[in-house]
Amino acid sequence: MTDFTGKQELSGLKERLRKSAGNVRARALQMVYHAKLGHPGGDLSSADILTTLYLAVLRIEPGNPSWPERDRFILSKGHCSAALYATLAEAGILDEQALQTFMEPLSLLNGHPDRNKVKGVEANTGPLGHGLPIATGCALAAKMQKASWRTFVLTGDGEVQEGSNWEAALCAAHYGLDNLTLIIDRNRIQQGDFTETILKLDPLAEKWRAFGWYVVEVNGHDYDDLLRVLSAVPHEKGKPTCVIANTIKGRGVSFMENKPQWHHRVPLESELAAALAELEKDEP
Amino acid sequence: MSEGASAIETFDCRNAFASTLEEMAARDPRVCAVVNDSIGSTKLKGFRDRFPERFVNVGIAEQNMVGTSAGLATGGMIPFCCGASCFLTARSMEQVKVDLGYAKNNVKLCGMSSGMAYGELGPTHHSIEDLAWTRVIPNLTVIVPADPVETRAALLWAKDHVGPVFLRLSRMPVPKLLLDNHVFLPGKAATLRDGDEIAIIANGVMVARALDAAERLHARGVEARVINMASMSPIDRDAVLRAAQETRGIVTAEEASIYGGLGGAVAEIVAEEHPVRVKRLGVPGVFAPTGSAEFLLEHFGLTAAGIETAAIDLLDKETTQ
Repeated sequence: MTDFTGKQELSGLKERLRKSAGNVRARALQMVYHAKLGHPGGDLSSADILTTLYLAVLRIEPGNPSWPERDRFILSKGHCSAALYATLAEAGILDEQALQTFMEPLSLLNGHPDRNKVKGVEANTGPLGHGLPIATGCALAAKMQKASWRTFVLTGDGEVQEGSNWEAALCAAHYGLDNLTLIIDRNRIQQGDFTETILKLDPLAEKWRAFGWYVVEVNGHDYDDLLRVLSAVPHEKGKPTCVIANTIKGRGVSFMENKPQWHHRVPLESELAAALAELEKDEP
Repeated sequence: MSEGASAIETFDCRNAFASTLEEMAARDPRVCAVVNDSIGSTKLKGFRDRFPERFVNVGIAEQNMVGTSAGLATGGMIPFCCGASCFLTARSMEQVKVDLGYAKNNVKLCGMSSGMAYGELGPTHHSIEDLAWTRVIPNLTVIVPADPVETRAALLWAKDHVGPVFLRLSRMPVPKLLLDNHVFLPGKAATLRDGDEIAIIANGVMVARALDAAERLHARGVEARVINMASMSPIDRDAVLRAAQETRGIVTAEEASIYGGLGGAVAEIVAEEHPVRVKRLGVPGVFAPTGSAEFLLEHFGLTAAGIETAAIDLLDKETTQ
């Protein structure tokens, strides 16, 4: 974990995160374009969260992904695998060349991540509502072993409609798992439409508070916000942390932003070119 | 065995389960238990009192129970995830498939009171589909122990095996059938009685009944081979094929649906490799009526007499063909 006390150091880190997140966005879109499959909207909404975790928050050894004392990160929204793989490449865990094989026949990079194929992946996700129960178990394991490693899990917002999350929410609070941090990518859009049209989630923070969690809302594209909150967990002893990261689905590409169809639309060649040009110009 | 199970000392395999789990936990700090408000039915009160820091009660929440167990394994523990088999498998099937089988997490599912052990409670509480559901999941070893010795042997093997295991346990009283030094081996059946006229392949509570049936057949001059197929997946293909090649037919007996479980697995193997007549005894594609476990086993012919009759019918069909 990085110490952010020096202003100059923080500014350098933020610049690095901005560049890495830009790379993750561009690579994810290229991967989806080449595979003619994927979930670009969620890749773009989660890119800043993923890069902040991997480059500044998680205690990991990139050359030793199975280090027992590593922090565990679980991407519960496994459909955003392109962003995860691109982030693993940014972090030096995954060979960048491998990204070109995304979803190709016999590739190690499935459409949804497989921990037995890709180093650094902790859970096989894809069906929604699996990550939080697994993360709860990881946090319990650390407590049983009196170990200091922490567990982070990123879910979608539509994903929390799955009941298994609320089973795990009760469990994590009951066992006082303050070594567990849930981040919800609150882009307000799910596969079919806006979350509040399909099945209302608001008031989301109140729900998690009522389940016994420490809840904090952040701007999921603001590195100051993300670093401040994610590097300071646990925020309350004896309580798991829920970070509601307010994001924009399709963030960084104007014509993809906040449009439900980009949940899993594949860009045309001209759209990819326009998107990459926009990302190239993106200013902090 | 000819006196029938009632004349012989019988055992509730959950006692061997609970004592073995405690013994393993005492030796290995990675062993932990996860239950779904099922301390009584799993007989794990002793484990909870002895290892409270390694005992997780997730409440009535089976999806989270299996997911949390997968996470405990990811964090380096060896969780034994214990609940009534009907809820453990049906309610959490996707977690069993993805978090355990596909992800190869080192979780030991312990399905208690399987089959029709909860007889009077009705089909909601029967678990006769679990073998069909679990044996199609790659990487998941499926074990149906026949007695307390095999229950213990299977647990000891499961703890040392790195990978997901489903132990299908019962609360039905069964006699001790195996020697105390029995070692469980995946994919290896045990021939408990030799015979070359017909083969009876059984598992779980049906093994003792199959041995009784063989004794009754012997009295009629029919020599039956009895095979204990505790390892449902991987199954012992060679033992099945030898039975097909060396006898005149196979009767399977399981406390489960005849579709997809042991009978289904045996029929698949012989149909592909060496077709012989197979009679599957089990629950024939219906929800069971009301009645005690023992009543229901009799109702579906899952008794020594029922197996004997099925064997004689099969041999008659072979003779008149």
